[in-house]
Parts: sequence; C-alpha cells; structure tokens
Amino acid sequence: MAHESSRTVDDAETASGDAAATVPTSGRTEKEIIFSDLEVPATASTNMALRKNSASPLTATFAAVRTNPPKKAPRWRSVLPPMTPKLATGLILIAAIVLFGVLGPVFLGNPRSIRDIGRTPPGGEFLLGTTQTGQDVLAQLAHATQGSLLIGLVVGVLALILSMIFGVIGSYVGGWLDESFSLFTNIMLVIPGLPLVIVISSYVEDKTIWVLAVVLAITSWAASARVLRSVTLSLRSRDYVAAARVSGEKSWRIIVVEILPNLIPVLASQFVLAIIAAILAEAGLSYLGLGASGTFTWGTMLFQAQNGFALTLGTWWWFVPPGILIAVLGGALSLVNFAIDEVVNPKLRTTTLRKDKKRLKKRLHTTTEGGVPV
Amino acid sequence: MRYIARKLGFYAVALWGALTVNFLLPRMLPGNPVDILVAKLSARGPVTDELRDSLELLLGGAPDQGILEQYWVYLVGIFTGNLGISITYYPVPVVEIIGQALPWTLVMIGIGTLLAFIVGVALGMLAGWKRGSWLDNLVPVTTMFQAVPYFWLALVLLYILSVGLGAFPVSGGYNYNVAQPGFTWDFVGTAIYHGTLPALTIVISSFGGWLLGMRNMMVSTLSEDYIVTAEAKGLRPMRIMTAYAARNAVLPSVAGFAISLGFVVSGSIVTEQVFSYPGIGSTLLQAVNNSDYALMQGLFLVITLAVLGANLIVDLLYGVIDPRTRANG
Repeated sequence: MAHESSRTVDDAETASGDAAATVPTSGRTEKEIIFSDLEVPATASTNMALRKNSASPLTATFAAVRTNPPKKAPRWRSVLPPMTPKLATGLILIAAIVLFGVLGPVFLGNPRSIRDIGRTPPGGEFLLGTTQTGQDVLAQLAHATQGSLLIGLVVGVLALILSMIFGVIGSYVGGWLDESFSLFTNIMLVIPGLPLVIVISSYVEDKTIWVLAVVLAITSWAASARVLRSVTLSLRSRDYVAAARVSGEKSWRIIVVEILPNLIPVLASQFVLAIIAAILAEAGLSYLGLGASGTFTWGTMLFQAQNGFALTLGTWWWFVPPGILIAVLGGALSLVNFAIDEVVNPKLRTTTLRKDKKRLKKRLHTTTEGGVPV
Repeated sequence: MRYIARKLGFYAVALWGALTVNFLLPRMLPGNPVDILVAKLSARGPVTDELRDSLELLLGGAPDQGILEQYWVYLVGIFTGNLGISITYYPVPVVEIIGQALPWTLVMIGIGTLLAFIVGVALGMLAGWKRGSWLDNLVPVTTMFQAVPYFWLALVLLYILSVGLGAFPVSGGYNYNVAQPGFTWDFVGTAIYHGTLPALTIVISSFGGWLLGMRNMMVSTLSEDYIVTAEAKGLRPMRIMTAYAARNAVLPSVAGFAISLGFVVSGSIVTEQVFSYPGIGSTLLQAVNNSDYALMQGLFLVITLAVLGANLIVDLLYGVIDPRTRANG
C-alpha cells in the first residue's frame, strides 16, 4: 500500500515540473514519510481485515532508503513480495504440481484402460501401483491433477469477480447499494456452503465440470467480498481518491485506476485462498459421489478408492497420493499467501528476534529519522 | 439494546433468505423431483398416473397452485413443524428423523470444534508471545494440516488406527451389542469410544487456522503501548501475556469462530460419511442418494438454522466482551 501511495506522490512531483526534480532526495524521503504517516490513522482500525491493509511507516522508509541512490529502480519490484525461502518453496511446489497436471496426461497412458493385474503394489512398471481393476494410479493421478487444477482456477476467477462486484463496487458507491450488497454478502456468509452445494447439485442432472465450477463459485465468494469491502471503504476516504473525484473523474475510472491497483495484494491473497477453498470443496463433493461426471479429479479418485474398498483391502497407494497432492498444493498456496500477507502487513514478518535487532541497528546507522517506531 | 435489536433483525432477514433459497431451489433448477422419482421407480415396474399424482402431492408441488400460494403453504408448514414425510423411511415424518440424527452431530462436532478452538488459541498465544521460537517456526507446519482435506485425514487415520491397529471402531456411532441409545453409562461409554476418532480429525485439521490467526493478532497486540506500560509497571510476564495481550488478541478469533462454524459443518458432513457416523451429514447424503427431497430440504433447513443460531450467540457474546462493537452500533 505504502509503495502505491508513494507512487502517487512521485507522479504528482514529476507532473509539477522540473522544480520537483531538483528537490534533494532527503527532502523527498521526508515528504514520503509524512505522507504515509498521515495515512496510518485512517487504516489503523480495530477491524482485522482493515489491519491487513495498514501500511507501517517502516515500509515507506525502507522503500525510500532503498530507492534513493539509483533513483530509477523498477517500481513494480517493490510491489512484489521479497523472495524468502518460504515463498520459493511454495512457488516451486506449485510449479511442480502444475507441470505434472499439464504434461502428465500427455505422456502417461489412458487412465481408464483395465488390466488383469488388480491391486499391484507400487513399483516396477506402475510407479504408484494399480487400482482394483488394474488401472494405472499414476496416470489417473495426472488426469485428476489436471481436473482439480482447472476447477480451482475457474472457481478462483469466478469467485474473485463476484466478490469484486459485491465488495468493491458496493462499498465505493455507498448508500443503499452498499447496504443491500453488504446485507446480501453477510447472508451468503452465514448460509453453510457445502450443504447448499450438495442440495443444488442433487437437483442438477449431468453435471459438467463447468456447472460444478459455477455452483462452487456462487457459494464461496462472500468471505472475500467482506474483506474487499472493508479495504475499499478505507481506500475511498483517502485524499487522492477525493482529489480524483473533485477533478471530475468518472466513477468507473476511479475504481479501475485509483482503487484497484491498491487492492492488488489483497486481491491476490483472496484469489489464492479461493483456489484452496475450491479445490477442497470439489474434493469433498466428488468424494461424496456428487462431483462432475466423466472427469477425473482428486475427489473422484478418492470416491472410486472408497467404492473399491481400498481402505479395508489395504490398497493405500490408491487413496493416499490424491490426498497428499491436495495437501501439498494447499500448503504451497498458503506459503505464497503468507508472503503476500507479509507485504501487506509488515508486522507479520516471521524474522527471529535476533534478526530484528540486527536490522534495527543497521537502520539507525542509515537513516537520520531514527525515531520511526518498530 | 440497539445492538441486540440490530443483530436480531439481521438474523431474521438471513433466516428469511435461507428459507426462500430452500423454497426456490427445487423450483428454479432444471430437474423436477417428481420426474426424477418416476424415472427411478419405472426401473422397478410401470408407474401409473395415480402414483405420479400422489407423488406430486407428497412432494408438495401441486402444479395447479400458484407459486405464491405454494410459498405461503411452505412457510406455514415450517413454523408449525411440518416438514413433510420422508420417502426413504416412509412414512416417518422428516422432523422425527432429524430429531434422531441431530444429537449425534451436535455433540461430536461441538466438542471437536471447541477443543480445536481452545488448543489453537492457546498455542497461538504462546507462539505470538515468543515470536521466532521453535513453536513459532512450527506454525507453517500446522497450516499444512489445515490444507489437508478433513475427510482424507479421516481416511488415513481410519486406515492406520482402526483398520491397521484396531485401536478404534471402523464405523458407526455406538456398539449395538453393548447398549441401546439412552442415558446409561454403557451407552455413553460406547458413544464416546466411537466418537473419539471423528472428533480427533476435526481437531487436528482445524486447530491450525486458530493458531495462525491468534499468533498474528498476538504479534500485533504486543506492539501496542499498553503492553509497554504493563512491562514498565513491572507486572509478571505471565500476567501481561494472558490478561493484557491475549485478552485483546483473542477478539478477532471469537468473531471468526462464528464464521467458521459454517465451514466446520460442511467439513463434518464428509467426515461423518467416512466414519458412517449416524449424524446429520450421512442422513443428508442418504436423502440425496434416494432423491428424498423433503428430507433433504428439512436437513438443509436445520443445518442453516443451527449455523445461524450459533452465529447469533457468538455475536451477542461478542457485544458483551468487546464494548466497542456496541458503541459503534
């Protein structure tokens, strides 16, 4: 957030002419700090969702200190989370699973072909063994990965769009629209999702993967709409938004140009969460036998394993791999989410106490305004 | 008082919304319950027109009634406790079936969820208090548990502990040979024995979320001025941690508890299926598999009511423990 706001200051300065360019860099730093300090009271609220957005003056200082000497450091870099081991692990795991889901179905054989070697343990020709009817578990897993990833992505995008409509537009426009959108969101939030999905899907015959995605999206957008609403509410009262409104900008332009860029970290985090939720919900639904027909997902694999008495016959290689992949993908996505959260809320950084002290010392040497609270 | 009235008003509207969704769903979606049932029945033998008519009457979908009239009949039916008659257990009323299944789910899931909340908040408090300690570094591991699907964890635990080691029963809510349902020690004993593993899976897979939320709030709260003041006054660390930091940090978790209940109910439906637990979840699935629409609607209604009720209680409680919410209205 702080980076974005300093961007606006920056732009304003360049726009105001060459005089701004001659201002000594230390002056700019001070200005930025003052600016971000002004913002803090607006965001430091008791609401946890709002807290996500609160930019500590610390980030502004760091950004300023970092960008001072070369001046033209690429701006987008400061928006990206720093590459921590956690984030790297998450990204590598996600990349590996996506690769498996994309390339696996091409190279591994038909997941449906039946052989007379039922319940072969892992090893040899079939790396993950075979099912009750001699189907290759690895091939099934590859197809299932593709199906689950597709569902997660589609539902994530749809839920994000819905939550933006109800969260951002409502709270920006305000008045009765906000009231009714907010009421609707809160109602959707308290109506339990999976039972609703179960009831809906029992009425729909011949479910395709797309129908399932729409049903899951309809029941899962409410939580992130609420988060987006509270963040937007704090953004729309900022000075630069007021300035844009006074200068006669159209509403949609203010939302797209002034508000949305500042929402990007929150949106990214909500998107990641939506993907996790969608994959889990789909797996549960398919495990109950209510999933999309004729498609492989991790959930349908577990459903088939349950129906093939994998548990009682001890065919663990049939039902363990899909669950592990769900868990690993979910864990990797939440690692990425941690990294995003730490950008949004620097207080959460899990540096050890020792590192904190070291950093504090360093900062005292480099900055003149050492009084910034930690 | 105004706070309570506002909350009650909201939940009244939410309840009405849920009831209406419940009413509209079968009428809006393409599949017609009667047609589905007739198709199922015709596999067993010819279906006469009289049977079809009686099915329509049974499902309450009298086609010559207007939609508003149907809506009115539906609302009156709910408030008089008439949810129709189940087809699966014909001719037992839906209310009776729900009454039998509800206690199982309420007790097992209630205890599991509460335990998960208490364990998660307590560990989160410690992790936030000693930021960077070994406990704090374990936080990502516990969130990994959270990414594990409830029911898959249940499958694995069932496979290892019940099928493999024989430490817990494989399925059911109690042992038919030991005791019949009732308030006897034998029955309570066997019910606890059967309910331990399902409750344990709920605790394991959901305490990570509470831990993380509490830990983050602790870290934020510890940088507040009143903590420094408390330290400067020379209070014991134990007292600062519990009475100053944790007491304030726990507020969002309490609010989150209400919202999470919906997810808990959702997750436990699938968990119940894994353990063949005789609760609401497996009954709902039975209804779905038998196209028992009256039972399905009734169960959805009860689940929604339970979640709304729990939310209302937490909201009212929140007004008591955090006076600011009352002031802001």
